[in-house]
Amino acid sequence: MPSLEEIRAKVGAEIDESSFRDNRRVIVPAEKAFTLLAWLKEQGFNMLVDLTAVDYLEYPKAVDRFHVVYVLLNVDSGERLVVKTPLNPPELDLPTVTTLWKGADWMEREVYDMYGIVFAGHPDLRRILMPDEFTAYPLRKDYPRKGYGERHNFPVITRSES
Amino acid sequence: MPLAVSDAAEVDSVDQEYLWTLNFGPQHPATHTTLRLVLKLDGEKVVDAVPHIGYLHSGFEKLGEDLDFNQYVTIVDRMNYISPMANEIAWHHTVEKLLGIELTPRCKYLRTILAELMRLHDHLLCVGAQALDLGAFTAFLYGFTQREKIYDLAEYASGQRFHASYTRVGGVMFDVNADWAAQVKRFTEGFKPVHAELHRLLTRNRIFIDRCKGIGVLTPEDAINMSVTGPLARASGVVRDLRKDEPYLAYADLDFKVVCAKGGDVYSRYMVRMAEMMESIKIIEQAIENIPAGPVNVDSVTDVVLPTKPAVYRSIEGLIQHFEVLMPNRGFPVPTDEVYGATESPNGELGFYLVGDGSNRAYRCRTRPPSYIHFSIFPHLIRGHQLSDVVAVLGSLNIIAAELDR
Repeated sequence: MPSLEEIRAKVGAEIDESSFRDNRRVIVPAEKAFTLLAWLKEQGFNMLVDLTAVDYLEYPKAVDRFHVVYVLLNVDSGERLVVKTPLNPPELDLPTVTTLWKGADWMEREVYDMYGIVFAGHPDLRRILMPDEFTAYPLRKDYPRKGYGERHNFPVITRSES
Repeated sequence: MPLAVSDAAEVDSVDQEYLWTLNFGPQHPATHTTLRLVLKLDGEKVVDAVPHIGYLHSGFEKLGEDLDFNQYVTIVDRMNYISPMANEIAWHHTVEKLLGIELTPRCKYLRTILAELMRLHDHLLCVGAQALDLGAFTAFLYGFTQREKIYDLAEYASGQRFHASYTRVGGVMFDVNADWAAQVKRFTEGFKPVHAELHRLLTRNRIFIDRCKGIGVLTPEDAINMSVTGPLARASGVVRDLRKDEPYLAYADLDFKVVCAKGGDVYSRYMVRMAEMMESIKIIEQAIENIPAGPVNVDSVTDVVLPTKPAVYRSIEGLIQHFEVLMPNRGFPVPTDEVYGATESPNGELGFYLVGDGSNRAYRCRTRPPSYIHFSIFPHLIRGHQLSDVVAVLGSLNIIAAELDR
């Protein structure tokens, strides 16, 4: 596993590191994220286990609004590494990692669907779980659990119209 | 055995005018659950497939931000509903990792037994349904009879056949008794002849082999690159099993093998699942023989676990603790930090990315559902195969739509 010094030498000094239980986390600014991930893939992290986002709107002492989380795995050695990238509106875009790991395809679509984070260069960035005409991003913290009444306003097709 | 020779034909172009489109699902007997495929066909050859999902999306992850760690287990149950307790074990594995709880030895063994019973549960349905889709009805019924017995064991332990909601933070709902252990032993004995019967029905069945060999070949490089885990990856020759690589529960103490194949096709996946069932039986037999006595819930962090009934009724401390755990405005302290925890569920790596904000509700509980990731590789697997191979590949992926859409 590359040490923090190696990562800093490669990508820049503003990389932070923390750890909790057995998870080791690296926090990287959005513009450097792709460089770091591409380099980590060369270092042997050949599987992207998970890609998700967290909305820190109501989180205690949070600085950034969103974090995009990449959970990487080196299949040969079994090491895991979590890479986090802060994002703040209105610049909610990141370069896609589907060019590195093809498994990122649907995971990026889900993050786009749920949080509205755009992955530039993604081959097919459409909503995946919510219907196409849905306008909100449901997993954001400012989206109420009851919704905005989308369900009640669904167009009703009667038998005679169909 | 090298990588299976793929049966897939060359695909020249996906924009020819003579191609026609077939809508497969959302309600089709062979999809088993609610998912939809839009297939582009050149004669009977599938040129392209576009999956459309989300029909069963019900916002589980949003609900998880509103329910506490013990309540959310009822929702987790409904993700992969053909092996419900495997989800519960994965969920509380992550919660306990966040809280830093070390389970009691008895609970570890008990959860190991349940996790392996659920692996049998899942593999039996997957193998049976795959055979059913390919025209072999008997194997499905034999498999389902055994599943019924596992339902009985789950009911005996938890009081619920299907959505057991059995695990709790730091333990389980209630302990099992010696009679349950005896029933598990009886089940494992009865399972072995049925497993042999399944082998006799399918493994050398000419029709089954013809429908499975060389279909949906996945190379190990692709498997890793596309985040494929579990029996699918192992059937492609990726030697990875969290039970061995990151031992949790009691797996470090038990003797079992990681089953791998090199073919990477539908038949290899079937063989891996069949062999894994026997390994699970081996694990259950060892664990049930060696299940330690003692308390099943953790005692050291008593403000997390429900006290026993006598303690509630006969001591003020027990009553207060019961109150503290159950009342919605109370609850136990949780670190303000985040953690990724994963277990080897029957379908692959089932992980949770859990963010704690100090309260006993998750601030964010991302599920890493294996079905979701496995279904995303479906277009890659089916391209160039025949229309009738769609059901073979779908069956081998074991897609559970409730887990797919959450």
